[in-house]
Amino acid sequence: MTALSRREFLTAGGALVVTFALPVELRAQTSTPKNKLAHYGSVDSWLAVGADGRVTLLTGKVELGTGVETALSQLVAEELDVAVDTITVVQGDTDRTPDQGYTVGSKTIHHGGPQIRQAAAEARQALLELAAARLGAPVDRLTVTDAVVSVEGDPAKRVTYAELIGGRRFNRAVAGTARPKRPEQHRVVGTSVRRVDIPGKVTGKHTYVQDIRRPGMLHARVVRPDGVGATLVRVDERSVAAVPGLVRVVVKDNFVGVVAEREEQAIQAARTLKATWTLGPPLPEQKNLHADMRTGNTTDKVLVQVGDPAAALATAARTIRATYQWPFQMHGSIGPSCAVADVRGDRATVWCASQGVFGLRDALATLLGLPPASVHVLFAESAGCYGHNGVDDAAADAALLSQAVGRPVRVQWMRQDEHAWEPKGPAMEMTVRGGLDASGAVVAWDYEAWTPTHSTRPAAEPGNILAGQLTGLQPRSGFIGGDRNARHTYVFPHDRVTMHWLAQSPLRPSALRGLGAPQNSFANESFMDELAAAAGADPLAFRLKHLKDPRAIAVLEAVAKLSGWQARPSPNPAASGRLAAGRSVAYAQYENDTAYVAMVADVEVDRQSGGVRVKRVWVAHDCGLIVNPDGVRNQVEGNVVQTISRTLKEAVTFDRSRVTSVDWHGYPLLRFTEVPEAIEIALINRPELPAVGAGEPAACPVPAVIANGVYDATGARLRAVPFTPERVKAALDTAPRT
Amino acid sequence: MATSLTITVNGRRHRVEAAADTPLLYVLRNELNLNGPKFGCGLAQCGACTVLLGDRAVRSCSTPVSSVRAAVTTLEGLGTPDKPHPPQQAFIDEQAAQCGYCINGIIMSAAGLLRTTPRPSEAQVRQALDGNLCRCGTHMRILRAVRRVAKA
Repeated sequence: MTALSRREFLTAGGALVVTFALPVELRAQTSTPKNKLAHYGSVDSWLAVGADGRVTLLTGKVELGTGVETALSQLVAEELDVAVDTITVVQGDTDRTPDQGYTVGSKTIHHGGPQIRQAAAEARQALLELAAARLGAPVDRLTVTDAVVSVEGDPAKRVTYAELIGGRRFNRAVAGTARPKRPEQHRVVGTSVRRVDIPGKVTGKHTYVQDIRRPGMLHARVVRPDGVGATLVRVDERSVAAVPGLVRVVVKDNFVGVVAEREEQAIQAARTLKATWTLGPPLPEQKNLHADMRTGNTTDKVLVQVGDPAAALATAARTIRATYQWPFQMHGSIGPSCAVADVRGDRATVWCASQGVFGLRDALATLLGLPPASVHVLFAESAGCYGHNGVDDAAADAALLSQAVGRPVRVQWMRQDEHAWEPKGPAMEMTVRGGLDASGAVVAWDYEAWTPTHSTRPAAEPGNILAGQLTGLQPRSGFIGGDRNARHTYVFPHDRVTMHWLAQSPLRPSALRGLGAPQNSFANESFMDELAAAAGADPLAFRLKHLKDPRAIAVLEAVAKLSGWQARPSPNPAASGRLAAGRSVAYAQYENDTAYVAMVADVEVDRQSGGVRVKRVWVAHDCGLIVNPDGVRNQVEGNVVQTISRTLKEAVTFDRSRVTSVDWHGYPLLRFTEVPEAIEIALINRPELPAVGAGEPAACPVPAVIANGVYDATGARLRAVPFTPERVKAALDTAPRT
Repeated sequence: MATSLTITVNGRRHRVEAAADTPLLYVLRNELNLNGPKFGCGLAQCGACTVLLGDRAVRSCSTPVSSVRAAVTTLEGLGTPDKPHPPQQAFIDEQAAQCGYCINGIIMSAAGLLRTTPRPSEAQVRQALDGNLCRCGTHMRILRAVRRVAKA
């Protein structure tokens, strides 16, 4: 790990690394922007105890479907000795909750958790001191169970949290002196508490942003430009004069919206409205996407320089070189983006599923011409976003349209809107050269990657929001995230990793789960496999040979044991026939400094159709302290299935003016008939270490474990994602016969 | 133009005003304020909008309200958090959700399957859910939950 990449990420998220001179479990990193830390220095910023004894947690982190609402509740339950189901979590509210930056990067528990634990520990200390005075006993003779404080050995002497403080403020600083519970004291942390949101989700009682209904609310749709960069010539309002329920056609530069009484009327108006556009400059041809990346205008950055790889390659016993390609992909949220806004006079209230309500608030304020303090953004959960999708854009659409009509407005993106206009996970091209010495060990590694930035979040930049771009603002962002996991974690005597950051991107790029980590891990772990094959070595033993980190070694050994791995070189000499079977391994440490994931897969290739099936997957996962084991399993399974889909099926298609994969036929996802038979997971819990996240790490080894499995089954090496049947058949045709 | 229609939803008759070709989905959500059926695509490609018409699972985004004759059952009509229906309890027991947005469609599709095929095979379950998309990758748990109900 080098400090550079973390600082880049933290700068992008406005976060701060805060290190206390305290034992590891109290050393906290926070997501709160540095200039706001002092705002949240009191217990009352984070926690309240109601007159009914219920505890309210105020957090800037939000539930995106990963289970953090439950996990953060567990932290509070642990520190305060209250039951999880007595906790209400208020999330992502610019008027009420702390600013904890963005809910991204698998950092919620890692960075957001310690702030919450510390505040809860302080709250408990405050309550014990109040109880000590009330009960006439010293604090160290008090014990708490389910919000009831009693004196050890004298249970008649008891008082509840509600009696001590219910409905009143703590008025106490989070001084950092109250100690969170030690791992051996944990009773809630480390247990598979059931998700607090699932009962509502399976019975239709959960309120998603799509379910928000405000009095007097109108429905709206945005009429999108006729292609990327298209400019509006004119709108013919007479074309929608006959649409029943039409309230207003709103036009501002290239932003065109229709507002109606009923939802189906807004849809009809959007379809019927005649708007004339001039096409923007042509997009490059999709078939030239990767060639263009290598010749584009780049900013080059060397991330690793150890020894002299060029010289070492020149004298290596054996050298190989490979180029890997990844397409643009989309978040593909099942629920397209949606927001409700109520902008009247000098006050704006916006309900949306933003990962960062404070950054969005500042951007919306600029777009609306209002001071930030007059804009209230509240998080309401939507479908899983897996990164920066269209939710912030929908919020701006709703806000602008509400401001135009002076009534609450709901904007629901249609499926085609989401597919075409959501920011895309960027394409990448990666070239690796590697050298082996005579003993079959890696002596040199030279890695290069080409990609645009992987983050263009609003973060107070209104030009990063679609409505901002449509009304004349320019996007602005640094080079972020494409270098994630470009560095491998093996130890080689000569090693270089170089990023070529592209200034331009044909499609709007932003963060998709893992950012550059799945792509870079695909290249790294495929190439390690290619080197192992060149060395005639068992791929798992080959990796172990080049690792020093005991936790990396531990996950590989754990997955080997879990899967019953039999050491042998690849390809599988027994693979033959129409259905060829292979077994493979891949490994990564997310961001080179958080969770370790090792994976083995059984892969089946249909030589006739080119179809690839991932039949079974085994995963060993080490993310430090585990707060909720089942929650981690859920995330690991989700990462595996989603990334199998990305690897086998997914590529955004575009022509010279627009995205052309605008529905699920054009952008297929893995289906129930195609998912593995089983995913087995070994969790390694290290309660003495910080909890680092599980939201993304298990995505990293998936693409290579599939490519390596296809190689093991057939001797054919796949280097371009997605592994469509056409590509597989082409690779089979050129592979050496096995 | 709007017409007056009567539909039975979750055991109650409702009189609604809507244009004849209005998708049932919008009537359920916007006239009857139901959250169960969800907008996912409006194209019958993802299954998020699934409801039961009689015993059949249908995509309410592509069902004109004027064509509705049989009784409609939505997720809310199956059960509540205090009294969940067996498939809902199975999804809670298997913790078979991440964002949960697809879950309405999956539970309703599974409910439709179980009404015609009370003991489906693995292949039948997978096939019945083939038209339901889940982007979070909750498939393994969803299959475990449906198997759990099918065995009961």
